[in-house]
Amino acid sequence: MGSIWEYANPVKFIRTSEIVLPWVSILATVTLIAGLVWGFFFTPDDYRQGSTVKIIYLHVPAALMAINVWFMMLVTSLVWLIRRHHVSALAAKAAAPVGIIMTLIALVTGAIWGQPMWGTWWAWDPRLTSFLILFLFYLGYIALWEAIDNPDTAADLTAVLCIVGSVFAVLSRYAVNFWNQGLHQGASLSLDKKENVADVFSTPLYVCIAGFVLLFIALVFLRTRTEIHKRRTKALLARERLG
Amino acid sequence: MIALLIRDMKLAMRAGGGFGLGLSFFLIVTVLVPFGVGPESTLLAKIAPGILWLGALLACLLSLDRIFALDWEDGSLDLLATSPLPMEGVVTVKATAHWLTTGLPLCLASPLFGLLLSLPAEGYQWLVASLVLGTPALSVIGTFGAALTVGLKRGGLLMSLLVLPLYVPTLIFGAEVARRGAEGLATTTPLLMLAGITAGTIALLPFASALVLRVNLR
Repeated sequence: MGSIWEYANPVKFIRTSEIVLPWVSILATVTLIAGLVWGFFFTPDDYRQGSTVKIIYLHVPAALMAINVWFMMLVTSLVWLIRRHHVSALAAKAAAPVGIIMTLIALVTGAIWGQPMWGTWWAWDPRLTSFLILFLFYLGYIALWEAIDNPDTAADLTAVLCIVGSVFAVLSRYAVNFWNQGLHQGASLSLDKKENVADVFSTPLYVCIAGFVLLFIALVFLRTRTEIHKRRTKALLARERLG
Repeated sequence: MIALLIRDMKLAMRAGGGFGLGLSFFLIVTVLVPFGVGPESTLLAKIAPGILWLGALLACLLSLDRIFALDWEDGSLDLLATSPLPMEGVVTVKATAHWLTTGLPLCLASPLFGLLLSLPAEGYQWLVASLVLGTPALSVIGTFGAALTVGLKRGGLLMSLLVLPLYVPTLIFGAEVARRGAEGLATTTPLLMLAGITAGTIALLPFASALVLRVNLR
């Protein structure tokens, strides 16, 4: 077993991901179906929220992923800037569209949940607002990738944008806190607190979160492979045109 | 450095419509608001701090592409890159020149525009204070956005998309200072936060801007 950096070699990455990808995909499908079916059909309705509480099985995992995908992009961007591994930059590029969809799912399911519970689709609550800002950051990041032709320049610029954006995203998160606490409840799934969501709800929720994480891993593997192949095709075409 | 600053200021002032364009834009935004929301002075007084801050922010954004675009086109940016001055210094000077030609005039003119929006009398000093503290951050962040998109054709729209989310914290605290000032509340906390953001961006962001500028010049 060598160091982790061996997997930064595109050939090695393609070979490894070829073995891992089917398993991760199957595991993601099974976990997601199990978690969602369990959550939707085999949990009791909440005594105050009725069956709307089941939105939690989409909302919470998506929101969790929305933030963690950005964090993963931050790490891979740093790896790209420091060690210049192309796979790292491509993984960040591959993760961004997944992240923006997760953010969108969190926002939309939140709105659908908020309508019956809070009586409004949208409020300028700190958590809601910071997710909207996160959505804008994803948009800008993806747009910058699209706008630049040279792949190395694009990788460099988006990596710096990702790092600067992270700082400002965190700043914005705490800046909007300044207004008020807002409608959204605080964390109810922490490991160190006594009062959490009841086990009947939280166990399928953990399964769903695991499913979302696995789905994300599978998608990033798939999309990174596509990016590597795309780059290779481009190189081959360029060589053909020369020779 | 000083020579570059003076050159940039001269260019901004003499090139047609550079200097004062931001100010005119600010004026137009302020004049259009009462047409949009109606001329009741109570309503205007309530939204005046936010509108003035938004106007200043947009006026700043409008003039960002001038920071590097012209120098990029005629090649003087390459000359600056090979000069003994480090890139971080170039970027800082550019941001300073941008602030002196857009941010500072906006700060000085803002009481007049506050008058147009019937800003309460207590609000003026806080409006000016928040703008003086906040607009340098707008210039520095904007310089970063301009450096990111300098090599792109039609980069203006993309730059707005990249820069505006970065303006969020500055806008929140700046408008909060102006609003609290206008309502006669305590302003110390948001004022300190605003100053912190400005100081932080001035200290750190030039490094990021210089980095992306070097990448773009590669």
